[in-house]
Amino acid sequence: MKKKFPGLNIFFGKLEEFVSWSRSYSLWPLTFGLACCAIEMMASTDPRFDLARFGSEVFRPSPRQADLMIVAGTVTKKMAPIIKRLYEQMPYPKWVIAMGICASTGGPYYKSYSVVKGVDEIIPVDVYVAGCPPRPESLIKAIIFLQEKIRREKRI
Amino acid sequence: MEDLKKILKEKFGEDVDFKEEKGELEIIFSEDILFDALKFLRENPFLFFDFLIDLTAVHYPYEEKKFAIIYHLYSFKFSKRVRVKSFIEKPYVKSATSIWKGASWPERETYDMFGIHFYDHPNLKRILLWEKFPGFPLRKDFDMEIEIPNPDFSEIEE
Amino acid sequence: MKYFKTDIIELNLGPQHPATHGVLRIKLHLDGEMIIKAEILIGYLHRGTEKIMENVNYIQAMVWTDRMDYLAPILNNFGYILAVEKLIGITPPLRGEYIRVILAEFSRIASHLVWLGTHLLDLGFMTPFMYAFREREKILDLLEEVTGQRMNNSFFRIGGVAADLPDGWEERALNFLESFEKNLGEIEKMVYENEIFILRTKNVGILPLELAIELGVTGPPLRGSGIPYDIRKFFPYSSYDHFEFKIPTGEIGDVYDRFYVRMEEMKQSSKIIKQAIKNLPPGDVLLNDFKIVPPSKEKVYNSIEEMIHHFKIISEGIRVPKGEVYASCEGARGELGFYIVSDGTAKPYRVRIRPPSFYNLQALEHILPGNLIQDAIAIIGSFDPVLGEIDR
Repeated sequence: MKKKFPGLNIFFGKLEEFVSWSRSYSLWPLTFGLACCAIEMMASTDPRFDLARFGSEVFRPSPRQADLMIVAGTVTKKMAPIIKRLYEQMPYPKWVIAMGICASTGGPYYKSYSVVKGVDEIIPVDVYVAGCPPRPESLIKAIIFLQEKIRREKRI
Repeated sequence: MEDLKKILKEKFGEDVDFKEEKGELEIIFSEDILFDALKFLRENPFLFFDFLIDLTAVHYPYEEKKFAIIYHLYSFKFSKRVRVKSFIEKPYVKSATSIWKGASWPERETYDMFGIHFYDHPNLKRILLWEKFPGFPLRKDFDMEIEIPNPDFSEIEE
Repeated sequence: MKYFKTDIIELNLGPQHPATHGVLRIKLHLDGEMIIKAEILIGYLHRGTEKIMENVNYIQAMVWTDRMDYLAPILNNFGYILAVEKLIGITPPLRGEYIRVILAEFSRIASHLVWLGTHLLDLGFMTPFMYAFREREKILDLLEEVTGQRMNNSFFRIGGVAADLPDGWEERALNFLESFEKNLGEIEKMVYENEIFILRTKNVGILPLELAIELGVTGPPLRGSGIPYDIRKFFPYSSYDHFEFKIPTGEIGDVYDRFYVRMEEMKQSSKIIKQAIKNLPPGDVLLNDFKIVPPSKEKVYNSIEEMIHHFKIISEGIRVPKGEVYASCEGARGELGFYIVSDGTAKPYRVRIRPPSFYNLQALEHILPGNLIQDAIAIIGSFDPVLGEIDR
């Protein structure tokens, strides 16, 4: 918001800034836990590391109503076409976080015959989080990075 | 343990062999009488092994009998655990689902990983991998370096 | 009375679903709301653990076992270490065994708390989810002080545990157990006297005892049907016979009985931990045999012999004698067994993992028909499958 008159509650700014400000503070994730990282994702919503105070009030089970997909866990070749179909079902604008090293590069299973080496072979990823499993604070930091990235975008 | 060995020696004679180490008893049957031996172990009132703990296989590519099928059994009545083994040459075995219903999924998994075909199984298909997967992963001659492409949505739809 | 002609609908309870515990897929054939046939499809998390473990040595292979049953990782390590130690023929010192028991029982309580929260969330309660995870966070803090990580902590070693308990940890653990039992009583009062809970769980999803034994079911589903089969009492390992605890059982094997069995198990685990902490003997936590256990750093820097032992163990791995062994421990979901075949080298020839939820899930195909679709969600939750150990 560019200019503020002292004493009055009036803001001036561009339309793209307002729109991306409101989008970044109300990200609703899709429940997509696959393996161990899903438990740390659930632990980041409990009363100690509350994720709801950053805007992710509810986790939507249906992809048509979500705008953030947190891929938490190992992606296997049998599950890959399903992830692609779920990603295509989400409406624009949408973002993806790859949580954990299994989703980023294959992780400890990179020599296996049935594991996709990183989910970015299938869908485009915005933020990668390292850790096996990453602590809930790392996931919250990744969501804050994503919020800053969204605020820099200039599209309506 | 001793009366178990005596009963089995009386019934099967030459086709049975025993090995005992680290406190575990292992019974080795020959290939042709495997199904009758398992049925005998389940139904005889002095043995009564009614609980199938596990079913699996091992691949020995350099021996003359290539595969070994392993059953782990437990008897609630006599509180005894035993391992049953049988070396087979060609991967065709009769299924044990008519003796224990719980053998259905482990046999599908052994078929999926080793390629051992169990005839008389009600539904023998791959369970952990998709249908068109090339090869059987847990065999020792499976090459891990080959690139396997991702399946299509229609291949996993079933 | 005229009947309408209806068709059978095929509904896909797909891999991505808020109420299936992981990537489980069930194809239901429905007539209205009644289930006629259920077909279970698994394999969406098959990562090839058994093949990977044939290419690394025995010390490194422990890391992949934690990631199978990811809710109670210490219990998976326990089963693998028991099998390898039985193959080599060693027993760890008594203090090491007692510390193993304490950490294993804490991990079991943490796993049952996740089950409690998610099962009640499926049935419609949201508050116990938050209470259960609040207790679980305190347990994970205690585990982090000892092992260094909240989850997937590969803390056990062949010959004992990696390090001793820090100072003052025993008092913190005992204080936590006091408050835990009070909070568990609060959740019980909320749940057991609730009419909706009783209507949704009594006489639903009955697993008869003969069917359970035929299918190879172990753990809380078998104990809910009547038999107190627990590996800690039938084949005791790691000095569990020094402690006194009961095995809770149910009567008919419905969802209410399995719920009751798991709640009582949490209380019995807390009793075991209190006894173990009070009687903890002094001494070493790792075996002193340098052919199997790497020596400590002061000795490595000061003496040539220990340096050679350290080098050989880290670069090659330990030599395990030829043979095969089957050892099992009581996991959070049933009997977790390991069958290891060794050919005398430093890498295992074949590792077979007997997952408890694999056999429990087979039973689901036999008991789902005849129930309504909303009961299917309650029944899946009461069996508590974890797809990481089913698919490996």
